[in-house]
Amino acid sequence: MRLVLKKRAPLPPWIRLLVPLGAILVTLLLSAVPILAAGGALWPSYASLFKGAVGTRYNFLETCVKAAPLTFTGLAVAFAFRAKFWNTGAEGQLLAGAIAATAAGVASSNLPPLLALLFVCGAGFLAGGAWAAIPAVLKTKYRVDDVVTSLLLNYVMWHIMGYLLFGPLQMPGSSWPRSAAIAESAHFPILLAKSRFHLGIVLALAAVFVVWFINSKTVFGYQARAVGVNQKAAAFAGIGVKSVILKTALLSGGLAGLAGVGEVAAIHHHLLMDISPGFGYSGIVIAMLGQLHPAGVALSAFFFSGIAVGAQSMSRITGVPTYIADVIQGMALLVMLVALLLTEYRIQAVRD
Amino acid sequence: MPTTVMTERIAVRSPQKSPAVRASFPVKAREQEQVPEPVVEMRAIRKTFLDVVANERVNFSLRPGEICALLGENGAGKTTLMNILFGYYAADEGEILIHGKKVSFASPRDAIACRIGMVHQHFTLVPSQTVLENVVVGSSGGRFFLDMKRAREKLCALQKRFGLAVDPDAPVWTLPIGGQQKVEILKALYRDARILILDEPTAVLAPLETRELFDTLRTLAAEGCSIVFISHKLYEVMEIAHRVVVLAKGVICAERSVSETDERELANLMVGHELAGKTATARKAGAALLSVSRLTVRNDKGLDAVKDLSLDVHSGEVVGLAGVSGNGQMELADALFGLRVPTSGTIVLDGAALPDGNPKSRVDRHMGRIPEDRMTTGLMLDLSVEDNLVMEHHGDFRRSGMLDREAIGDHAEGLMCDFGIKADGRRAPARTLSGGNLQKIILARELSADPKVVVAAQPTRGLDVGAIEYVHGRILEARDRGAATLLISEDLDEIFALSDRIAVLYEGRIMGIADRKYATKEQIGLWMSGIRDVLCA
Ligand SMILES: Nc1ncnc2c1ncn2[C@@H]1O[C@H](COP(=O)(O)OP(=O)(O)OP(=O)(O)O)[C@@H](O)[C@H]1O
Ligand SMILES: [Mg+2]
Repeated sequence: MRLVLKKRAPLPPWIRLLVPLGAILVTLLLSAVPILAAGGALWPSYASLFKGAVGTRYNFLETCVKAAPLTFTGLAVAFAFRAKFWNTGAEGQLLAGAIAATAAGVASSNLPPLLALLFVCGAGFLAGGAWAAIPAVLKTKYRVDDVVTSLLLNYVMWHIMGYLLFGPLQMPGSSWPRSAAIAESAHFPILLAKSRFHLGIVLALAAVFVVWFINSKTVFGYQARAVGVNQKAAAFAGIGVKSVILKTALLSGGLAGLAGVGEVAAIHHHLLMDISPGFGYSGIVIAMLGQLHPAGVALSAFFFSGIAVGAQSMSRITGVPTYIADVIQGMALLVMLVALLLTEYRIQAVRD
Repeated sequence: MPTTVMTERIAVRSPQKSPAVRASFPVKAREQEQVPEPVVEMRAIRKTFLDVVANERVNFSLRPGEICALLGENGAGKTTLMNILFGYYAADEGEILIHGKKVSFASPRDAIACRIGMVHQHFTLVPSQTVLENVVVGSSGGRFFLDMKRAREKLCALQKRFGLAVDPDAPVWTLPIGGQQKVEILKALYRDARILILDEPTAVLAPLETRELFDTLRTLAAEGCSIVFISHKLYEVMEIAHRVVVLAKGVICAERSVSETDERELANLMVGHELAGKTATARKAGAALLSVSRLTVRNDKGLDAVKDLSLDVHSGEVVGLAGVSGNGQMELADALFGLRVPTSGTIVLDGAALPDGNPKSRVDRHMGRIPEDRMTTGLMLDLSVEDNLVMEHHGDFRRSGMLDREAIGDHAEGLMCDFGIKADGRRAPARTLSGGNLQKIILARELSADPKVVVAAQPTRGLDVGAIEYVHGRILEARDRGAATLLISEDLDEIFALSDRIAVLYEGRIMGIADRKYATKEQIGLWMSGIRDVLCA
């Protein structure tokens, strides 16, 4: 007796919608195992996880707050992967965006709010894009592998940030690696009272729409997809492959940069070393979980954020450590990959 | 020594190569009143892909030592049927018996265990590995360490026995297509295949290589191997097969012993109507629209594959470029397409030089390009049929920076109807189309844009006779509209059917150019093998 994978006949397209939902459901069921292992009582744990994530107005909005940077980095990765530009450097691009936003924010004390916001966002977007352009140029000009370069540049940017926070950007008179506060005019406005629901969340949703629009409606979206599925044929068809990859990198890095902008302009209002708890890396997982589709990215970002926020209250109530969030998020990816495999293959038992 | 025994057996059997004796194979068996048990029996096979019925009520059997040809139009379901026999797909209904025993294959591994081997339409070798490694991979017999010495001995014995000469230590990527195919066959034989499926093996072979392949197949059959041979070339089927099975729209519509049929009837059975047998009527050519001068192009190994080549193609003429594969055709085509930068020389289209290595300039200047490698260069298999149809001209469907999806859809519907592209709708992924229909997408895209110059590389490779007739008609139509056409083909019949002038490429140089009216196949054949006819020099 052994198990073999058999290729399935193609499934109807609506299955694609069902797969992630099913995967999330299965993940939540499987979470019972680590929860029980950590000594949590099952029902109270689930209840507090759920309540902590979306159960109250405040918690729900808090989940949205955390979902915003994840949406940006998820979009950044998904947009790049679709054109087979393997951008694993969203983390570094986020930091680049945060640094530029801080510099711009500190400098814009004399600007009216609207201009200051534009200035901060623009600076962050450009910085992220420029940082992503480095692996793109290396890839197109010198055929250097983009997975490696974009990943390693994360560490480079982290150290650049360290240098700046102990040097030029350091708050005068402080000995901590921490920048001066940005001007008030550059703060993202809070949009809903008694919460932290800020402008960046609306921007993230707008970005979801913009990326979807570019992908499916524009000439550039078509070209990027063509480059993604078959570079040789794309070149044959007269599509400028290098310029498509470069533009993809700029936009992808820009989106990741905006995640950094939001963290500075809406949450912390100054730059510090742990401005990002790995949003850029989570973006890779979120993009895969969302099957590179913008709406899928938004949903999986919300799921990730909900798990993280919910796990905090679960841990307060039942004593299960907050690390459970990482375990659940990791499981979600595995379940999703298995589910995707099963949409293409089915498992069959055969007797020898 | 088994090898000597084998050589003797081949020597004894080789008189069987004469057509009369060979064709009588099934008759002889009947005379002796001992019709051998079929080795394969497929019963009432049905296979569907979503809405497409690829096979229906198919009963197919194969006897020991028999070469059975499988014929049928593009998309008739030949490959699908054989993929089922090879365990690659599971049939929706029906059963398979091997030596009278019912089997159910979960994967090709099970089929291989039943001594079935298949050489696919598109090869599955690892280019960077050597011939020996490719042959041995995956057949370690469950053991951890491979005994390379024994493997090599076994491989060499097989090569001697069946005349499949390739260097076991050559990396596969350095082999010509014909050599790679030998490796595929060796791979199957190495796993002791007694039932060999060959899916359009000759589509990629030059005439001489086809001869070699046929000798091998005859030896195999004489030793009792059963062979399924898929081809669109009817004369090959008549030559090599004992029996012919014709598939149409997934159903078996006829079965003939080769001795009781002819090419005409087979063509009729496949297409359902008589073929016109179109040949070009010579026309007066106009100005030179495509001028290649002193072109030198390197191949992937860095050697000059095209050497100082000059050639003019005039408005309203087809120039056929004949030659055995691997004499620089691919490199020349790539340079013309803008995919490869020549080391020297110029390409002039309608009076203006084309920039090197710039495919976009070809699109903009209306060069219709039909690449040899349709699966990876000409098409994007993961995109839909409609997206493939606008691959080059998607810019024309722009409405304020956005793609006009509706117009693209209408465009696709029109072309699919005009060119008879069979697909499960215009949104179907190109990957799901049959080989012939994929080629039609390229033709539709390239020829509908009213090209000034057409460069077609092996445009009918792998197409059925009906489709070939159709493609030829379209190429001649483009010519009649005044296009200058360069037809690069290894198929001499095609060259003679379409060309106004015939040039022969040998080792990267033009061996000679002849007017079709005065050219003979013998003379072109001599040029192709590098022998310059003194009189015509
Ligand atoms: N994986 C698949 N998914 C969906 N449809 C498929 C798939 N494979 C084949 N088909 C469809 O099944 C039909 C038969 O295809 P098949 O490849 O067997 O044709 P064929 O006879 O080998 O043609 P050709 O001579 O062009 O190679 C076609 O209509 C094709 O579109
Ligand atoms: Mg086929």
